[in-house]
Amino acid sequence: MNTARLAPTANTAALASGYRRTMAEKRRRTILFFAALLVGIFVAGWIGEVRLGVFFANFGKLGVYVSNLVPPLHAVTFGADMAEWYWGFDLWLIKLLDTILMAYVGTGLGFIGGFCLCFAASANLVQSRWTTWAARRVLELFRTVPEIVYALIFVVAFGLGPLPGVLAIAVHTAGALGKLFAEVNENVDLRPVEGVVASGGSWLHGVRFGVLPQVASNFASYTLLRFEINVRGAAVLGFVGAGGIGEDLLIAVRRFYYTDISAILLMIIATVVVIDLVTEQIRNRFLHLERGP
Amino acid sequence: MSRGLRADAMARRAEFSARYGAAVSPSLPRQLSRYLLPAVLLALLAAGLWRVDFSPERIWNGLGKLGFILSFMVPPHPGNLLGLFIRSLGETVAIAFLGTLLGAIMALPLGVLAARNVIPSWIFRFSMRRGLDVLRGVDTLIWALIFINVVGLGPFAGILAIMVSDIGSFGKLYSEAIEASDKKPVEGIRAAGGSELHALWYGVLPQVFPVMVSQVLYFFESNTRSATIIGIVGAGGIGLHLADQIRLNEWQTVAFIVLMILVTVGIIDFCSTRLRFALIGKGRLSG
Repeated sequence: MNTARLAPTANTAALASGYRRTMAEKRRRTILFFAALLVGIFVAGWIGEVRLGVFFANFGKLGVYVSNLVPPLHAVTFGADMAEWYWGFDLWLIKLLDTILMAYVGTGLGFIGGFCLCFAASANLVQSRWTTWAARRVLELFRTVPEIVYALIFVVAFGLGPLPGVLAIAVHTAGALGKLFAEVNENVDLRPVEGVVASGGSWLHGVRFGVLPQVASNFASYTLLRFEINVRGAAVLGFVGAGGIGEDLLIAVRRFYYTDISAILLMIIATVVVIDLVTEQIRNRFLHLERGP
Repeated sequence: MSRGLRADAMARRAEFSARYGAAVSPSLPRQLSRYLLPAVLLALLAAGLWRVDFSPERIWNGLGKLGFILSFMVPPHPGNLLGLFIRSLGETVAIAFLGTLLGAIMALPLGVLAARNVIPSWIFRFSMRRGLDVLRGVDTLIWALIFINVVGLGPFAGILAIMVSDIGSFGKLYSEAIEASDKKPVEGIRAAGGSELHALWYGVLPQVFPVMVSQVLYFFESNTRSATIIGIVGAGGIGLHLADQIRLNEWQTVAFIVLMILVTVGIIDFCSTRLRFALIGKGRLSG
């Protein structure tokens, strides 16, 4: 080893002080970041009425609450205990199927809406800037207002029941899917479209035979993903009177029917997990289709 | 002219299908999936529409009412409750902030434990993952409803609700980030005599930290949206007033609150996107 090279020179001293400066700067920024975070926490805690005393006093209550949720199941009378726990199984199952159906119909209607609007919102398919701008703003309006707010308003306009829930899901889905679809459309290869138009096809023909074959699998994949999200969403629409299993859950929670809460929650969780798994499988298949066999 | 081309092509169909095979006349399963699947989906849609009582009359009447409601919404006006609304909006942001932060911190140990390369037992990993899935699969509003029973009405229930559902999401995302990390630095630290904890702290954390921060910021954005509606069940924030004003048919106020929410969410989106760019650079944002 050449020790001379390691000896401190004017150059290394400068480097070392530069290193120290950089590290000090970095440390200063870290401290500043954590100070800002602490201030943020205190301000938020003050506004959010966080009272740690109350929390710790209630922490035991949380344990009691959870233990209340557990139904009395004994190995000897397991069948009877299960039957008592799930006393409303038939009713809840129908409500749960209704919830899934609401999500399905809402996703379907939303898909139709988003599909109709997405081509107008794609800058590469429409010449007029105004059409694109207008379609995009409509989609934005549909998607930025939360689903449950639409449900609240639609319940007033259409009356109680699953219909306002379905419409709320549809409007929100149309906005969300329309945006995603338009992004897919903007990435298509335009040469097939030009080919169709060059051989005398109309704009509609161009979209049907030039664009659609390129985007179909993506559209289907996004729609399935949205269906998954909508099943979760539909489960809570009942809180505002828009149908589905949420109504029963709300009643159970408000009246402290502990075992009903856990029974319905477990059913919702199981449904969500099963639907997630199934749609994931189908979506994987679409992805393979897209990448070619 | 195109009519003539089509007639010509149809007349020579047998010749085409002999020459080009499957491209012209697809196989039976393909044809089935092409026509049968949409037909089934549409039939299910129609049955669903019937089940939810989707009559043209009801839609027409509802649309009429909706038109009235929309016409009552202009111009948006806060009434004399502007101060209250601004305070509740602050509360909403506070709920989202604290909920996200607490969720992010509490998910840290769970995310580390759920990663395959930290604890290689598949059964442990499987049960951790399913547990996180349960936390994540239950909607924030349901958690809010439950926490109201535990800690009473108010924003604190909202904070806990967001925290719990975020623990599920962050736990999963952290563990995926840890699993995707490069293991060469870890091997280097072990080879130099570092302990497991050293390997985690100096080998894994620097790799996954930017990804984590980016995800936390992203969830803060989306939690602000959740926090605006969490008040509908009574867990604090602007949602309570929104639901109240809708029940009171004060549509000008409703429109004003919705606009306030949209502006706030827009501002937070903008800030957090800028912050994410600043923290980890534009190129890595997608990761």
